[in-house]
Amino acid sequence: MSANNKQSAAPQKKGGFSLKNLILDNTVPIMFIVICAICIPVSGFSPSYLINEIMTRLGRNSFLILSLLIPIMAGMGLNFGMTLGAMAGEIGLIFVSDWQIWGIPGMILAMIISIPISVALGVLCGKILNQAKGREMVTSYIMSYFINGIYQLVVLYLMGSVIPIIHSSIKLPRGYGIRNTVSLLQMRQKLDELLAVNIKGVRIPVATLIVIALMCLLIVWFRRTKLGQDMRAVGQDMQVAEDAGINVERTRIISIVISTVLAGFGMIIYLQNMGNLSTYSSHSQIGMFCIAALLVGGASVDHASIGNVFLGVILFHTMFIVAPKAGAVITGDSMIGEYFRVFVSYAVITIALVMYETKKRKKKSQAAEQLQADQQAAGADGKGA
Amino acid sequence: MNERTLENREKSRFQKFVADFGLPRLIIAGFLLLLFILAPIVGADFPTQISNTINRFSWNAVMVLAMVPMIHSGCGLNFGLPLGIISGLLGATMSLQFGFTGPFSFVMAMVIATPFALILGTFYGWLLNRIKGGEMMIATYVGFSSVAFMCMMWLLLPYNKADMVWGMAGKGLRTTISLEGYYAGALANILQIRIGNMVIPTGTLLFFALLAWIMWAFLHTRTGTAMTAVGSNPVFARAAGVNVDKMRLLSVIMSTWLAAVGILVYEQGFGFIQLYMGPFYMALPAVSAILIGGASVNKASIANVVIGTFLFQGIVTMTPTVMNNMIHMDMSEVIRIIVSNGMILYALTRKTEGSR
Amino acid sequence: MNNEAAPLLEVRNIKKSFFGNQVLTDINFTLHEGEVMGFVGENGAGKSTLMKILFGMDVIRETGGYEGDVLIYGKKVSFQTPFDAIHAGIGMVHQEFSLIPGFTAAENIVLNREPVKKSAASEVFGDRLNTLDYAKIHGTAVSSIDKMGVAIDPDMVISQMPVGHKQFTEIARELSKENLKLLILDEPTAVLTEKEAEALLESIRGMSSRGIAVIFITHRLQEILDVCDKVVVMRDGFVVKETPSADTNISEITRWMVGRSVDNASTRKEEGSSRQSEKVIMTIRNLWVDMPGETVRDVNLDVMEGEILGIGGLAGQGKLGIPNGIMGLYEAGGKVTLNGEDIPLNNPRACLNAKLAFVSEDRRGVGLLLDESLEWNVAFPAMQVHNKFLKNYMGGLVKWRDEKAIEEVTEKYIDELAIKCTSSRQKARELSGGNQQKVCLAKAFALEPGFLFVSEPTRGIDVGAKALVLDALRRFNRESGVTVVMISSELEELRQTADRIAIVSGGRIAGILPASESSEAFGALMVSQVI
Repeated sequence: MSANNKQSAAPQKKGGFSLKNLILDNTVPIMFIVICAICIPVSGFSPSYLINEIMTRLGRNSFLILSLLIPIMAGMGLNFGMTLGAMAGEIGLIFVSDWQIWGIPGMILAMIISIPISVALGVLCGKILNQAKGREMVTSYIMSYFINGIYQLVVLYLMGSVIPIIHSSIKLPRGYGIRNTVSLLQMRQKLDELLAVNIKGVRIPVATLIVIALMCLLIVWFRRTKLGQDMRAVGQDMQVAEDAGINVERTRIISIVISTVLAGFGMIIYLQNMGNLSTYSSHSQIGMFCIAALLVGGASVDHASIGNVFLGVILFHTMFIVAPKAGAVITGDSMIGEYFRVFVSYAVITIALVMYETKKRKKKSQAAEQLQADQQAAGADGKGA
Repeated sequence: MNERTLENREKSRFQKFVADFGLPRLIIAGFLLLLFILAPIVGADFPTQISNTINRFSWNAVMVLAMVPMIHSGCGLNFGLPLGIISGLLGATMSLQFGFTGPFSFVMAMVIATPFALILGTFYGWLLNRIKGGEMMIATYVGFSSVAFMCMMWLLLPYNKADMVWGMAGKGLRTTISLEGYYAGALANILQIRIGNMVIPTGTLLFFALLAWIMWAFLHTRTGTAMTAVGSNPVFARAAGVNVDKMRLLSVIMSTWLAAVGILVYEQGFGFIQLYMGPFYMALPAVSAILIGGASVNKASIANVVIGTFLFQGIVTMTPTVMNNMIHMDMSEVIRIIVSNGMILYALTRKTEGSR
Repeated sequence: MNNEAAPLLEVRNIKKSFFGNQVLTDINFTLHEGEVMGFVGENGAGKSTLMKILFGMDVIRETGGYEGDVLIYGKKVSFQTPFDAIHAGIGMVHQEFSLIPGFTAAENIVLNREPVKKSAASEVFGDRLNTLDYAKIHGTAVSSIDKMGVAIDPDMVISQMPVGHKQFTEIARELSKENLKLLILDEPTAVLTEKEAEALLESIRGMSSRGIAVIFITHRLQEILDVCDKVVVMRDGFVVKETPSADTNISEITRWMVGRSVDNASTRKEEGSSRQSEKVIMTIRNLWVDMPGETVRDVNLDVMEGEILGIGGLAGQGKLGIPNGIMGLYEAGGKVTLNGEDIPLNNPRACLNAKLAFVSEDRRGVGLLLDESLEWNVAFPAMQVHNKFLKNYMGGLVKWRDEKAIEEVTEKYIDELAIKCTSSRQKARELSGGNQQKVCLAKAFALEPGFLFVSEPTRGIDVGAKALVLDALRRFNRESGVTVVMISSELEELRQTADRIAIVSGGRIAGILPASESSEAFGALMVSQVI
């Protein structure tokens, strides 16, 4: 992960504007624009329906995706472990719905409950990732499965038997464990409806957007703090950062903790929009979809911006909305579109990972090429003289 | 005085043993032992348990064996196993579609699966050679993408055999296809031994033994030696004139083919073909099984396969019954998730010197 | 206050050994404020070890510390970490850059010492949430760049900078530390263009006039004479000469660097020469090799059949690039023939097929399968290349490993080379450095080569093992008549072993001399084209 800049004799050429590079650097977003451009007319959805849907999803997903930015900054790649935060958020929601605290206060309380759980899980995850430097992504990915097992143990067996759960409506009939779905009906879209305005039939969840905007500002501010600067340094070259006296391991753990806590908040915002909690499956795919959306927005394993988040949400979810219908129109089978969008999500992540790894290798060989050219030129001079 | 030093030495030897073998593995082995002891006490039928464990071992062992070549060549754990499984599924469905029946359809499934495994394996190996160092993560997603892609294909490909497709539409393969009348038990029924409640699928075990022996033999040939050396130190291998990329490619193809055969063996035991999202999570149990057996990210042996599969399947089969009889709570699924992923996590965080 | 009597830095009787190898013996020198001291010596003379001690590097502590005293203004200090040294006012610019590629020069200059502003969040969550004060960062950077006197753009991102500017960024970073009293520059001009190097020398004069003392390590002796007040010459862990640089000249310094008393310089001649013929076995024409840090440019060389040819030179000049390039381990170009036949480059297999063999200087990285048995290590290349140690079944379709033959050959070399091990099945990782080196030789011998490259065969092994390894090489050359090209940083070792010695400087062959030639002559060649 640490870019090796030592003694690289070849100064990189300044990238002048070139169409080829522009396309190469943005393969994934361009692919998606093409897919959307084909699918939208085929699906036959009205523009106002589409815009409404996209607006909803923008409010629903953006916060979750923003939580991925900080580990990327710290050089730890795509945080598949954001699922840990999502689970912490769900536990918070289970408790508040048990205590029947609804609406905005319920959300805030759920967030408060999720914080200590997220921090603990984040520290654990960060420590484990420090043991697996260079393969953070696959480790955080397995980590999410592992903690999912623990989560099931807690929610399915310990809640109601060891951890007190009062309300029988969320308990399984057998007396312990949480039901497969927990209704959040009385919390549903409470944040979205706050200050919501309707412009030409498009409902805009102003309060949610304000929260997201605040989050963006927070991230911008964070980048300008000492800690943010340290994270960038650690992300680019751990050895140099260590030599300069930065506590690399601690910085990496903090970045994962922040990401986990934010993912918890994001999950609560996500679920208040959905209006119900699928206790055992809500979180299982969330990491994958968020990462896919971020990559669709043009981010890569080592670089992501706030702009990538929003572009990603818009493009990815447009595809998500139109694909089933377009698939049904084209093939006559509605399942095709469903499978297509799942395939595309996975394929996007695969392509982004492959591009990242090949780019890493290309960078190395480019330096070598430059060196050779210099030598050959020098060699030719030598012969001429 | 003397006794104490002896004791200390014993202690340090024990610590070294724990360090070498790995604490998680000891815990898992101990856990299984506990299950075996508890089983008769809580009233589970012991021979049935043993028989179940052996049967599940016979279904899964080949897929675990598929991990070996890629670990040997330094490509890491093959999270891309679903790619091979898909080749197997293509072989299976086509064999049925073309009208082969009985045990012969098993042979034909293998024959048809082979070219698919070779083609997909070549592509997969070529890809992994381009992204050295990031194999495991990309393998995972190559597996996932291929499963999702095939979900569409199962619907679109022109299968039309009545007992395979959806009854209503007359096209599109079903999620599960029964192998009754085809190759269900094709291997298991060969030389099957029945003692009371115990059923031992001798044929399947022999088939696995044959493949395992071939793998063992391969690793003793010149090419097999080169493959191990590539995994151990690719620069050394290159300096000794070995084509590193070719060896890695070969290992990936072998792994993919074994996965294809592995799923067929699994199906003949299980009695059904599972399509669509079925192969999705099949990589993780195979990966954790070989790790439980004592393999690491870059070292694996046939013994690791046998021990690992037995331990893993033992836990999977024993926990539900024992747990149910004991506390009337079926926690087996949760335990399986924690054990298998915990094991992989442990292997990934081990600092294996000089390897990725 | 610092009284005139106590110098800024005094080093007294420093001794250091690594694993029983004495690398520094009784080092003494003093340095006053504003003084510029040139530090020269062959590679392995002990310069960098001494600098590591001065800078409190971890590796010194981890290997058992050092003897003797380091005094700053007359007060004894003992640095546990580089941060202690920095705190005491010592700055060091290493040969390897320590810069964050995606940061600007300014950000790198203040790395982890960024000026910050308090914010509300930092009151609650601690100082790391202070916001950066970009105006002050810029100011600090500009002022330290001014101090250095070389104009670099503080807002340029490191990855887009030419190498020289990276070097200057590092120097500016040291200068930005308020309490800097002593700056150690480890071969700073190696990556600079001529013009940049001149600017650096000017900048050193500037520092000196502001009272900062400089220790300047370089192989470019003219620079020493240009800028230094005095020069310290090291050899084999001793300070052999300390003199004002005004009183000396390049050829004198060279002589001190490489010169040895006559009694321990035993050349090959005394033991009788090898079967040297006039036939050229290998020709190398216009070879270039892209080996990072050991670049080879336009090498032309003829190797005679049956001889031992030594290749020497300072580190980083390209001597290691020659065998690595020919054997296909690094990208290379040019024309190489063996017995009149072309050797294709960038193809290790073709070289091995042509009966070339190579013992790499990177024992652990390239030379050995550390996690496998000695048997595998010794037999593997011969098995792969020449199909040795195999049993053929089914008409050669199955090539089975012949464990017995492998064991036999390994046992043979264990005896012959006196490899200390518990058995031929022991893992290579568990052997000592010297014995690992012997395994590497055994591996090459088992290939039964017609031509052998041996790179740094004695690096990092103790004296006893050294003699054994060199002896084994000579015997192999004498008894099998195999031509050997031996690359080594240690000139004495080459003179003891080789018939002729080629010296590489600046990536080219600076000259070829008989081993009996004086050390001074070799020394002059070594520094002739240094880059």
